[in-house]
Amino acid sequence: MTENVDQSKRRMLLAATAAAGGVAAAGAGVPFVMSLMPSERAKAAGAPVEVDIGAIEPGTMISIEWQGKPVWIVRRTPEMLDLLAKHDGDLADPSSSVPQQPEYCNNQTRSIKPEVLVVLGVCTHLGCSPTFRPEVSPADLGANWAGGWFCPCHGSRFDLAARVFKGVPAPTNLIIPPHKYLSETKLLIGDDSVKGAA
Amino acid sequence: MMNLLTKLLGWIDERFPLTSTWKAHASEYYAPKNFNFWYFFGGLALLVLVIQIVSGIFLTMNYKPDALFAFASVEYIMRDVQLGWILRNIHSTGASMFFIVIYLHMFRGLMYGSYRKPRELLWIIGMIIYLALMGEAFMGYLLPWGQMSFWGAQVIVNLFSSVPFVGHDLAILIRGDFVVSDITLNRFFALHVVAIPLILVLIIVAHLVALHEVGSNNPDGIEIKKNKGPDGHPLDGIPFFPYMVVKDAVAAVAFLIVFVSVVFFAPDMGGYFLEYNNFVPANPMKTPEHIAPVWYFTPYYAILRAVPPLFGSQFPGVVAMGVATVIFFALPWLDRGPVKSIRYRGPIYKGFLAAFVVSFIGLGYLGLMPATELYTWISRVLAVVYFAFFFLMPWYTKIDKCKPEPDRVTSK
Repeated sequence: MTENVDQSKRRMLLAATAAAGGVAAAGAGVPFVMSLMPSERAKAAGAPVEVDIGAIEPGTMISIEWQGKPVWIVRRTPEMLDLLAKHDGDLADPSSSVPQQPEYCNNQTRSIKPEVLVVLGVCTHLGCSPTFRPEVSPADLGANWAGGWFCPCHGSRFDLAARVFKGVPAPTNLIIPPHKYLSETKLLIGDDSVKGAA
Repeated sequence: MMNLLTKLLGWIDERFPLTSTWKAHASEYYAPKNFNFWYFFGGLALLVLVIQIVSGIFLTMNYKPDALFAFASVEYIMRDVQLGWILRNIHSTGASMFFIVIYLHMFRGLMYGSYRKPRELLWIIGMIIYLALMGEAFMGYLLPWGQMSFWGAQVIVNLFSSVPFVGHDLAILIRGDFVVSDITLNRFFALHVVAIPLILVLIIVAHLVALHEVGSNNPDGIEIKKNKGPDGHPLDGIPFFPYMVVKDAVAAVAFLIVFVSVVFFAPDMGGYFLEYNNFVPANPMKTPEHIAPVWYFTPYYAILRAVPPLFGSQFPGVVAMGVATVIFFALPWLDRGPVKSIRYRGPIYKGFLAAFVVSFIGLGYLGLMPATELYTWISRVLAVVYFAFFFLMPWYTKIDKCKPEPDRVTSK
């Protein structure tokens, strides 16, 4: 019986069956894998957020939620902006060469408008949310402190442009999320597409 | 390359019985060559089990076993989870398909006498699987926390409260509360996703081990092990792998075509696979106008309703329903026929089996209907037929005029 077998035809049929079965199995796997991706609810929670920044006093910060994470918006005073240029030697990446920000924020102040900083409030070390410490030279942070963020978890320090200092655990500057101005006082966090930009 | 694989296999075989297990259960497990259509359903049941376990695991990732959130979490799966509606429809369709396949599998056993010696234990293990499956389905049905979930569980748990003396406390023990509540939902969830699936898998393995010990029956109801060739293998048997596997693969493809057609085009099957009232959140203050169990429980439900209360107690009906399910265990000893297969049985057995099928399907239909007086009386007649099939079996199988069995299997 075996000598009458057309081996090449059998191999072809086996390969065709295996291929068809493989395609079917992959297709059947689609809903299972897709169900593991963010659901519509999670996507809605991750949608861009609109913020009115008109009421932020100079020198203060507000914190809003975007994709479940804190986003800080600070209106910096002219004095704060002046101090930014004076400690480049102490910073790990003063010119923001690591792409932790959109191209339009790759500047001295890491922002679109110099006074308004928008930054993701998640430490680049292990994900804690640092504390806003705008005061100059407080007792606990030392005489050199010119205002910025201090991470309570592992002591990372960032200046008021969210740039990381040398010698702390965090390796890079904090992330600047994509954002754009809808009007003079309206910010959209999470979307910087040009379409409909102000 | 091949040499390396052979060496690896040798290394494993010295430490684990891989090759010998494969031979004993697949490549040198001989199954009768005259298997017909009815022999597809064991393999298909295994396929549905895998489908239910995999889809169930993925549903569990988004379902919340909490009376406040359960209904909404199922809706969340249906609407928000990407393609979650497919997973949910697969699982709900799989539940009904499981029972269709199992009922056909059991009917095969009835037709060809697959429960007879030496397969009594195989049959009993199979019946335990059937009971575990009913528990699994019942508890799973509570989880969506719809009106039918709630009131179905309420009615079934109350059956236990009709047990004399201890019934009231028994029902409280099952619910963990004085009504079906969040506590009940939570424990049914634990049983549905962990305890009973574990038990099911274990006894299904035992079912297969027992099957491979005694060998499969066949449509002729004769033992292929009686006629062995010089190589010691049954002359009327062919290896399970690859021959039976290929045959079962064809059946699996046909079955899956039906399965996905239901999933995509009729997931509620006109209210039989998913009852319409279950799209309304559970409301302990308001019973729906007409409640019926899912179709696979309705034959027993009709028997329950057919028995009138005696001595002011619902208990006799509960007993009748219980007996109707467990009576199958006794089949190997109720059947006194000289032959196993319906092919060589006389007209009396054929008549009784046909009447049994009519009563089972008829009761299933009546169990879905409101209990009018006429329907209740028809249910009573059919229930008598149902029990007559079993209780008269020792008598009619003995007096039946059977034909002689052939020596070797036949194929039509």
